[in-house]
Amino acid sequence: MRYIALIHNNPAAWQALSQAERDEHNRDADVFLERLTESGELLGGAVVLAHPSNAKTVRVRDGVPAITDGPFAEGKEVLAGYYLLECEDIERATEIVSGDPSARLFAVEVRPIMHITASDV
Amino acid sequence: MSGNGDVEDLLRRLAPQVLGVLVRRYHRFDVCEDAVQEALLAAALQWREQTLPENPRAWLITVASRRVTDELRSDRARRRREETATAEVPADERHAPAPGDENAPNEDDTLTLLFLCAHPVLSPASQVALTLRAVGGLSTAEIARAFLVPEPTVAQRISRGKQQIRTSGIPFSLPAEAERAERLRVVLQVLYLIFNEGYTASSGPELQRGELTAEAIRLTRELNRLLPADGEVAGLLALMLLIEARRSARSRPDGSLVPLAEQDRGRWNQEMIDEGLALVTDALSRTPLGPYQLQAAIAAIHAEAARAEDTDWRQILVLYELLERIASNPVVTLNRAVAVGMVRGPRPALDLLRTLEHDEHVAEHHRLHAIRAHLLEMAGDRAAAAHSFEEAARRTTSLPEQRYLESRAARLSRPPTAPRSRA
Repeated sequence: MRYIALIHNNPAAWQALSQAERDEHNRDADVFLERLTESGELLGGAVVLAHPSNAKTVRVRDGVPAITDGPFAEGKEVLAGYYLLECEDIERATEIVSGDPSARLFAVEVRPIMHITASDV
Repeated sequence: MSGNGDVEDLLRRLAPQVLGVLVRRYHRFDVCEDAVQEALLAAALQWREQTLPENPRAWLITVASRRVTDELRSDRARRRREETATAEVPADERHAPAPGDENAPNEDDTLTLLFLCAHPVLSPASQVALTLRAVGGLSTAEIARAFLVPEPTVAQRISRGKQQIRTSGIPFSLPAEAERAERLRVVLQVLYLIFNEGYTASSGPELQRGELTAEAIRLTRELNRLLPADGEVAGLLALMLLIEARRSARSRPDGSLVPLAEQDRGRWNQEMIDEGLALVTDALSRTPLGPYQLQAAIAAIHAEAARAEDTDWRQILVLYELLERIASNPVVTLNRAVAVGMVRGPRPALDLLRTLEHDEHVAEHHRLHAIRAHLLEMAGDRAAAAHSFEEAARRTTSLPEQRYLESRAARLSRPPTAPRSRA
């Protein structure tokens, strides 16, 4: 099964960390991803998103695109990055994500990815 | 490599034989496996049907051996550089081949490799990738394409598997008699996993996954040839053939699923059905009963019914009861509920489902809700059936299944029209 791990963070909380704390977090994140690559459970690499102030949101209504500044969901917590996992089941996926340093600082949502295989119905 | 199919078949057949010779000669499975892959690649590029070497097997052994000795020599040089200059210089390690091993394929090698690649210390993902590469002769790129996984991920699973084999000191020999049965079960599990990955893919861009079912059947057929006395190997081969026979009838061109009861049985592959029927009949008559044989027997009953309404559900129910007795698990109980519904009616089947609602493994499973929905529909409770189909649609992670379940729910939410047959 495939899962996406969505890292939700709070940019203000990140800013409030000391440089040493941020360095430690980044080092831990590197080690975490390296281990995950070695186990063959990480699909591709992790994606880190730019600050939400760089986002544009597009809506097309009656064929007319309206483009607004900022992310779709307003709030303190924003989507900061994601990575894809392939592993046995959701229990294993949450076990993996429990080792993600982002889960210590912020919150990581794990969700199954729809697949196109199907058993007989 | 299209247009060179015969060469490809030959290479895949020779792959485990060549690897076996090398591992017995040089002992380093990890190094030998890489070398055989390189030799297969070189052959695939150079060989054409008209220009095959006189002895393809010997050609591959020679080319792969050269790679192994190169690798071991540079390995040794690397180590030597790292050690102090006082280290003694090892003699040139050119092992003389054991007499005759160039020409007589050792039948046990393929078997030994299957056991090695499906060793329980490896993760299922590594077992699958390594089996397809070392025994099936597929390249990392081919495996990656078939499983829709990035190539580096497959490469990582293979190298991790080989590293685990090396560090665990697993010998290149058949498992001891005492653990043989248990180990064979893992081999069969790996082959079934490969088959399912290919079979459950719906149409569209995933068609190439059909190659996986063909490969799983080829390897299981080989295993059945090597272990003809084992009824579960024959049972698994029969099961694969009987399921694979339905492939072209199970989905429409747009990828949507056709339930078993609505499939055009004229499109089932009769040749595969005949072979599957013969295999399972023979296995059941002469070997101890096992779960694969029973599942194959159930698939055989579906295959023998000319029309869905001719299906011998009583017989299927008996087989599910047997299966539950020797390999009890909630998924078998779910399937038995379908058979109970067909034989005794929806109410007793719904009662049976209720016993599973507290099982944490199935209570949240979409299949429990889908089966309940079918049974409620049979019982005439359209509103409750529609609700259960929606519940099932929300829980599945398969897009084709979700579309199917949503369409069933939508049909029931409309005012009743002429009744349709059901799965």
